[in-house]
Amino acid sequence: MNIARRRFDCLVIGAGGGGLRAALQLAQAEAHVAVVSKVFPTRSHTVAAQGGMNAALGNVLPDNWLWHMYDTVKGGDYLGDQDAIEYMCQAAPRLVIELEHYGVPFTRLPSGRIYQRKFGGQSQNFGGEQAARTCAAADRTGHAILHALYQQNIRARTHFFDEYFAVDLLRDQDGYVLGALVLEIETGELLIIEARTTLIATGGAGRIYRTGTNALINTGDGMAMALRTGIPLEDMEFIQFHPTGIAGFGMLITEGARGEGGYLVNADGERFMERYAPHAKDLASRDVVSRAIAIELREGRGCGPRKDHVLLKLDHLPADIIKNRLPGIRETAMRFAHVDPVEKPIPVSPSLHYMMGGIPTNRFGQVVVPEHHGPEEPVPGLYAAGECACVSIHGANRLGGNSLLDIVVFGRAAGEHMVQYLSENPYHRPLDAESVDRVMQRLARWDRKGEGESVDALGDELRRTMEEYCGVFRTQEVLDEGVHKIVAIGQRLSDVRLKDHSRVFNTARIEALELENLVDVATATVVSAAARTESRGAHSREDYPQRDDLKWLRHSLFYRAGRRMDYKPVRMKPLTVDSFPPKQRVY
Amino acid sequence: MKFSIYRYNPQTDAKPYMRDYVLGNNHGAVMLLDALLLLKVQDDSLSFRRSCREGVCGSDAMNINGRNGLACITPLHTLAEPVVLRPLPGMPVIRDLVVDLSQFYRQYREVKPWLINHDPEPEIERLQTPEERAHLDGLYECILCACCSTACPSFWWNPDRFLGPAALLQSWRFLADSRDQATGQRLDDLEDPYRLFRCHTIMNCTDICPKGLNPSRAIGNIRQMLLKRSL
Repeated sequence: MNIARRRFDCLVIGAGGGGLRAALQLAQAEAHVAVVSKVFPTRSHTVAAQGGMNAALGNVLPDNWLWHMYDTVKGGDYLGDQDAIEYMCQAAPRLVIELEHYGVPFTRLPSGRIYQRKFGGQSQNFGGEQAARTCAAADRTGHAILHALYQQNIRARTHFFDEYFAVDLLRDQDGYVLGALVLEIETGELLIIEARTTLIATGGAGRIYRTGTNALINTGDGMAMALRTGIPLEDMEFIQFHPTGIAGFGMLITEGARGEGGYLVNADGERFMERYAPHAKDLASRDVVSRAIAIELREGRGCGPRKDHVLLKLDHLPADIIKNRLPGIRETAMRFAHVDPVEKPIPVSPSLHYMMGGIPTNRFGQVVVPEHHGPEEPVPGLYAAGECACVSIHGANRLGGNSLLDIVVFGRAAGEHMVQYLSENPYHRPLDAESVDRVMQRLARWDRKGEGESVDALGDELRRTMEEYCGVFRTQEVLDEGVHKIVAIGQRLSDVRLKDHSRVFNTARIEALELENLVDVATATVVSAAARTESRGAHSREDYPQRDDLKWLRHSLFYRAGRRMDYKPVRMKPLTVDSFPPKQRVY
Repeated sequence: MKFSIYRYNPQTDAKPYMRDYVLGNNHGAVMLLDALLLLKVQDDSLSFRRSCREGVCGSDAMNINGRNGLACITPLHTLAEPVVLRPLPGMPVIRDLVVDLSQFYRQYREVKPWLINHDPEPEIERLQTPEERAHLDGLYECILCACCSTACPSFWWNPDRFLGPAALLQSWRFLADSRDQATGQRLDDLEDPYRLFRCHTIMNCTDICPKGLNPSRAIGNIRQMLLKRSL
């Protein structure tokens, strides 16, 4: 079959904040860059980020990047790589200012400087008083940043392939990644995009669960692509549940609501976080608050007829604070919960939100795997950034406000390193026909006709299984059962049939390809979770309630072939400062 | 619940047609998008765009009982039956409820929707008072869903020459930004019988904006700015 080909210096897969920040870096360096996105760029999930982006600007309260670093290391329950965390926290102030120069409409202080709000897990002076580190554009910071980055890319004349679905990476025998095979959704035509270097920036895979804060497009496409080319996924057992999703719907209510002075109460009207985190209270780390809510619900102190939620109280705050600083969540609460937070508390419960794990990278955005010489050997030509990547700065639990920072810092770092890679690799390597054939076979499988399971039915079963067997609280027995069930679901994939085989804008085919990706990512998650016999950050094992640094202060690596687990050490040594050794984690 | 949905697949259909769908009781759907997702389970060939399902990404704009809106934030109980769903009006249909928005995006790009400031970059943020920043409220929140432009008769008549409400709202977003220095250039680009002045203040745009924004007022503000400049 003759497939059309295009050649670029760089290919960026995904047009959220990470992909767009990288593309901008590349375009500014006059590299010829193609951005492939399955949705129009401003529809990427970055648009839904609300509360803000952390940077130790110190505009509101005293701050210092080292305090930010400490909070991030502690927030991640010491599983984060400290060299990357130092790099990120140091770079943060400069990159927020750069975004402001790009036009992001940050909320302002009377002094004219960027407004910063309090967020969970933030402290001054290494665990002291609450800090105010989160730079905000009301509660639409992700929207503001994504649109500004897109606008800057239009200005830089980045080449966009909007509504193209990346099917798989193309990789040759020597391990070089040479681009990707993509599918133009509008026509159903295939296209090979050859690139000397490729960045995966495809975001998370929240859709392996049934409800959550995630958009329907978050299907882990890049993570699954990496798995299929033999690259492992790192720390996939760490899944963040956001404490405040709208009960019954899952829509995000920003941590900024608590940062602005809101707090949680149970059915007795008790401000229960005082019991779980006497110091930080409602602004403890997300894993801590989500677990506290889950315990309240389990012990019968939930609200409503089904006792299935708690209440987020904001009605004691001045109405103009809510209207000016939290207009977006007010709109969402009124729309989905029929509650105006100015007058009544919002019913909330923990909602699946973020994946700390992903494609292993170093702080330059290079994808690194154990190959011949040590655990972190770069895969030539391949980079990853954002939620699909695991640098790891978030460790076992991400702090609020660190993901918008992550995408900007490491999108930029990857872009910069790709420029260097281009200068060292001036020519395109010959395309590997075999790797194209392999992808074609996978695609052809969806043209089979006849009776079979539907994509939706199998997908629904997958999502329910993950919810039931790989939730907030975990035990060996339940996880093992989960592995068994998810593997069985994976085996049934080959029996799934599409009814619609047409070419033009066939969303059924896209959903089928997404389901394949979801199955791969769900398998990685549940297998990794079953293997880690300790509790750390968001991974909460009832049968192993303690953190076990002796045995488990290490990153997990899951390989698709044989569902094999491997491990690698945590990078405890920062770049210039002293290491933060593991301590007991209290808020 | 009964639905009548516009269907067209250029590969198989000679012309578009309306197809009826029924959703049984106890379907559990709250918003129109939930219902569409259930209908897609019945018929996987039904095509529409969707992503965030909370009204922030702008993917699922469509014509709902004659009015443009976002499926994900349109409560089913507000809709008369049968719920008639059509693609956004005036745009080429790719398939079913999916329209070709290339022209809409081109118009967006035409207003140079990025901050232009020629001063050397300061080492800190460019200062902006809360009052100056307040001018951007109601402007930067646009999600580019195209509900407004595709509801505008002036846009239907002159889609190639009139920029349409969404692009003009973006133009005003930068004209109103105290940090932007390209006011003169932006106004020059708009001073033309069509690009801006084809707006006849019909106000469909403001009436239907699912985010409650007011493109009509933004267009009025640009006109005033042009008028002031000419005096």
